[in-house]
Amino acid sequence: MQTPASFEYERATSVEGAIASLQRLGSGARIIAGGHSLLPMMKLRLANPEHLIDINDLAELSYIREQGDELSIGALTRHVELEKSELLARHFPLFRDAENVIADPVVRNRGTIGGSLCQADAAEDLSAVCSAVKAKAVIRGAGGERVVGMEDFHIGPYVTAVGEGEMLTEVRIPLRPGGGSAHEKVERRAGDWAIAAASAAVWIEGGKIADVGVALGAVGPTTIHLSRAEELLRGKAPSEGLFAQAGEIASADCSPSADGRGPIDYKRHLASVLTTRALSRATARALHQEA
Amino acid sequence: MATVENLPSAQTERPIGFGRLKRKEDARFIRGKGTYLDDIRLPGMVHGAMLRSPYAHARILSIDTSKALAHPNVAAVVTAKDLETLGLAWMPTISYDTQAVLAGDKVRFQGQEVAFVIATDEYSANDALQLIDVEYEPLPAIVNARKALDPDAPLIRDDKAGQRDNLASPTWEAGDQAATDRVFAEADTVVKRDIIYPRCHPAPLETCGMIADFNPETGQLDIYNGNQAPHAHRTVYAHVAGLAEHMIRIKCSDIGGGFGNKVPVYPGYVCAIAGSIVAGVPVKWVENRDENLISTGFARDYVMHSEMCAKNGKITGLRVDVIADHGAFDSTAQPTKFPAGFFHIVCGSYDLEASHVKVKAVYTNKAPGGVAYRCSFRITEAVYLVERMVDALALELKVDPIELRMRSFIAPEQFPYETTTGWTYDSGNYAETMRVAMDIAGYEDLRREQAEKRARGELMGIGVSFFTEGVGAGPRKHMDILGLAMNDGADLRVHPSGKAVVSISAQTQGQSHETTFAQIVAEELGIPPEDVEVRHGDTDRSPYGLGTYGSRSTPVSGAAVAVVSRKVRDKARLIAATMLETRPEDLAWEKGRWYVKGDLEKGAMIEEIAVRAYSGEPMPTGMEGGLDAQVIYDPPNLTYPYGAYIAVVDIDPDTGQVTVRRFIAVDDCGVRINPMVVDGQIHGGLAEGVGIALMEVLTFDEEGNCLNSSFLNYLIPTALECPDFELGETVTPCPHHPLGAKGVGESPNVGSPPAIVNAVIDALHQTHGVDHIDMPCTPARVWAAMQGRPEPPQ
Ligand SMILES: Cc1cc2nc3c(=O)[nH]c(=O)nc-3n(C[C@H](O)[C@H](O)[C@H](O)COP(=O)(O)OP(=O)(O)OC[C@H]3O[C@@H](n4cnc5c(N)ncnc54)[C@H](O)[C@@H]3O)c2cc1C
Repeated sequence: MQTPASFEYERATSVEGAIASLQRLGSGARIIAGGHSLLPMMKLRLANPEHLIDINDLAELSYIREQGDELSIGALTRHVELEKSELLARHFPLFRDAENVIADPVVRNRGTIGGSLCQADAAEDLSAVCSAVKAKAVIRGAGGERVVGMEDFHIGPYVTAVGEGEMLTEVRIPLRPGGGSAHEKVERRAGDWAIAAASAAVWIEGGKIADVGVALGAVGPTTIHLSRAEELLRGKAPSEGLFAQAGEIASADCSPSADGRGPIDYKRHLASVLTTRALSRATARALHQEA
Repeated sequence: MATVENLPSAQTERPIGFGRLKRKEDARFIRGKGTYLDDIRLPGMVHGAMLRSPYAHARILSIDTSKALAHPNVAAVVTAKDLETLGLAWMPTISYDTQAVLAGDKVRFQGQEVAFVIATDEYSANDALQLIDVEYEPLPAIVNARKALDPDAPLIRDDKAGQRDNLASPTWEAGDQAATDRVFAEADTVVKRDIIYPRCHPAPLETCGMIADFNPETGQLDIYNGNQAPHAHRTVYAHVAGLAEHMIRIKCSDIGGGFGNKVPVYPGYVCAIAGSIVAGVPVKWVENRDENLISTGFARDYVMHSEMCAKNGKITGLRVDVIADHGAFDSTAQPTKFPAGFFHIVCGSYDLEASHVKVKAVYTNKAPGGVAYRCSFRITEAVYLVERMVDALALELKVDPIELRMRSFIAPEQFPYETTTGWTYDSGNYAETMRVAMDIAGYEDLRREQAEKRARGELMGIGVSFFTEGVGAGPRKHMDILGLAMNDGADLRVHPSGKAVVSISAQTQGQSHETTFAQIVAEELGIPPEDVEVRHGDTDRSPYGLGTYGSRSTPVSGAAVAVVSRKVRDKARLIAATMLETRPEDLAWEKGRWYVKGDLEKGAMIEEIAVRAYSGEPMPTGMEGGLDAQVIYDPPNLTYPYGAYIAVVDIDPDTGQVTVRRFIAVDDCGVRINPMVVDGQIHGGLAEGVGIALMEVLTFDEEGNCLNSSFLNYLIPTALECPDFELGETVTPCPHHPLGAKGVGESPNVGSPPAIVNAVIDALHQTHGVDHIDMPCTPARVWAAMQGRPEPPQ
């Protein structure tokens, strides 16, 4: 049997209470949401938190709703809810693309968007997804809320902008017309983490790419935000040739390392293939031309 | 979905024997009511945990257990020093080598057992592992079998007197070298390949473990342990620990998969037993997943060089030269006289003129083991090699791979057929089975579809394999393990009410013994299978025998049950003759009943005969009361199941991802007792074959760190990687088995990997010039092959 080291456990009854506990207990305390990243690490004793603060009762953090020109997703919203949400699929179909290939139903029934983003593993599909759609993270502490963009949220491998005594409460995505999005992933087996993944969102106006977001998962120490590719694409008419150029940039701008999933050259190659594919599919969706 | 044609009989109907029958064991399994080892809690039980080496090769300078011993819940910390005083620091392996129970001098693989902690609960036991200080001096490690015999390779087994290199056993040969040289000289076509069957792992969902419960008052040792050969293990414990064999009882609870992983005796078992003897309380030890993957019986790891030749378009000869990686200790489980197992069945299903096989075994700094994973003693490696070679030859000859096989098959009239390496195949009609597979597949249409797709830039491959296995070890004149004949017992008792208990020495880990063996008694005695209780897995309640592995249950134990049932039937005949006041020779048998020839009305049912056998009424002269019998079955030969498999794969030309779109499996395992159980065995084995071909592998870095110590990195396939398997059958009865049955459990695992790999190469040969790839065919490795860089696995 795999046994974690001993720890104290408390069940939060309010967001304020959870934050108060985090502040009182300091760096030895960790939030536990779905537990699908944290518990495996604890069982292998790679993580040894002294205190767990369980936020699973905080129903107020579980929602997907349209609020003005933004879509808001509560931090405790489960993968399965993201997968099933028609609202989300209508505005940002790449969430469903991603959720179809994240882990398995057992993990998706419990794992949360907040946990995925806070885990800050470069291979988390939702990190690339949120980056491509230019989402913002709402972080709350005793002193109130602050909002940071995805590029500032993921600071490094397993490190986020969430500070001591703070927690992530919400993810906000701006709603704009003419959008389409897609997520592409190559995995060794269903339910496995990506060898490489690419998320793309495009907003088309008058036959031109008005704005675009492209991000890569699993091919660098953190999610790779492809700003050079975005610059190339912005203002141009979409075409396969253009997307292939963006793919080349993806291949050059990622920084994968070799591991059991594959060598560096293969991962760079995939970055290119998947970026091209994600852009084509996102565009087809924006133009309502998806095959 | 499989359909159930033949439901259990109602009391009034005629009982049934063979046929599709829902499994007796399902009632508890599908309700989550199975009892696995970790479900068992005994009063006063304490818990063990194993400290393992982080290094693949290192000298142990010191071990300090004082901090662990100071832990309030720790009862004991056992090291090699403590075991030495009991004479248990080393134990013999099944292959006449020795293995450290706990390492004292050196650690020889990552994950090797170093110290055993006993504590009141498993949390404390694991906490205490972190309190043990071991000082190591790291040594260079050997993980590549090809480098193990380099002159400057570090000596791994310096514990063995006279050992100067890393050779684990002398070179072993089969076949005729001179004749093979002649056949190659006369051949018109020769192909060569270096082929690796990488190290993989059976990875049963339930890991290994044991509860040892020694009673100091009575001297009785009760062992709870999911294990594939309980009787043989008991004998080993008696020898190793010097305990009285009749005072040891091994009880197997439900077993969550074995696949050969639960054949060996592991150091954790010896520590649990020693712990219980010393502490006088039950000691439970259950492995973690990572412990299972890095330290227990692995599979394969054969580095093979081979040449195959043809003359006039027909295969004529085969040469094979193998380096077998046995890890740090040679604990491969196989019959004594067969140090390379049954690998020399490598001449396959073909009528060769000559063949020659050489196998050299080496030590490396990797975990010991070697024949696990549904492998029937290295037949898996043999079939993989020969089926890859036939495809290589077909490429060279530019002939369809099925056509080449058809030309070279052993013909039906050649059986019994003596192979060039000394096996006597019992029966077969290979071409017919191949044709059934082609029909199900729609082979010609598939080839047409492939050509069309290729023209459109799509990659589709069709791969074939045809295997012959030799299973059901084995005849006592050839085969033993540690001096124990590979025979199996059966003990059948029909009670006065006509209900029966049959006790067998084979042990199920998912093979459905409780159902299949009841059906054999039902068939032979004509009583309903639900009236037959199958008892196994408890050495106190079953006869001696060697257990379940190597597809031997039906060939050996199944035969024993048939023979013992017939013995009971013969006794019933004599009793019936007395009851019916006639002579035994005047009686005829129909299922469940002896009746007077020519007078159908006058007869006695088995139930009536049973009543009589236990009653006060007279028995035939000289006969004892009761209706029971026992046998030990010694098979005259192995059984030789075979099959034709066809895989259809699609490959993403940009990413190298392989999808197995269709898989056609036509098995001939002789007479099928419960065809639904056979289908289930085939489904499971095919899924494993998909895993081995596409993703499963144990790899190591240069320092000998195992890179696949969890299911995050040791990938096993899911339903999503498996197509809807298309099964077919032909039935060629085994001429020497009482039921005409052959083994089948391992066939699908043996036969499927070469079909899939051949399909991958078939998809890539014309467009990318690929003529070889090693497993696993992961996206990255397939892509590398498409770039002209097929790399062997690490
Ligand atoms: C078998 C398996 C396969 C997987 N495959 C994939 C895959 O293919 N793709 C993929 O993207 N993911 C995959 N995952 C990961 C899965 O998506 C994440 O584990 C999971 O969703 C993380 O969310 P959680 O709620 O379970 O987080 P938890 O494990 O509960 O927490 C993770 C971390 O986030 C912190 N945290 C959680 N919530 C908050 C919050 N609101 N504020 C601040 N910190 C917080 C925790 O303290 C912890 O450090 C897989 C996981 C498993 C077990």
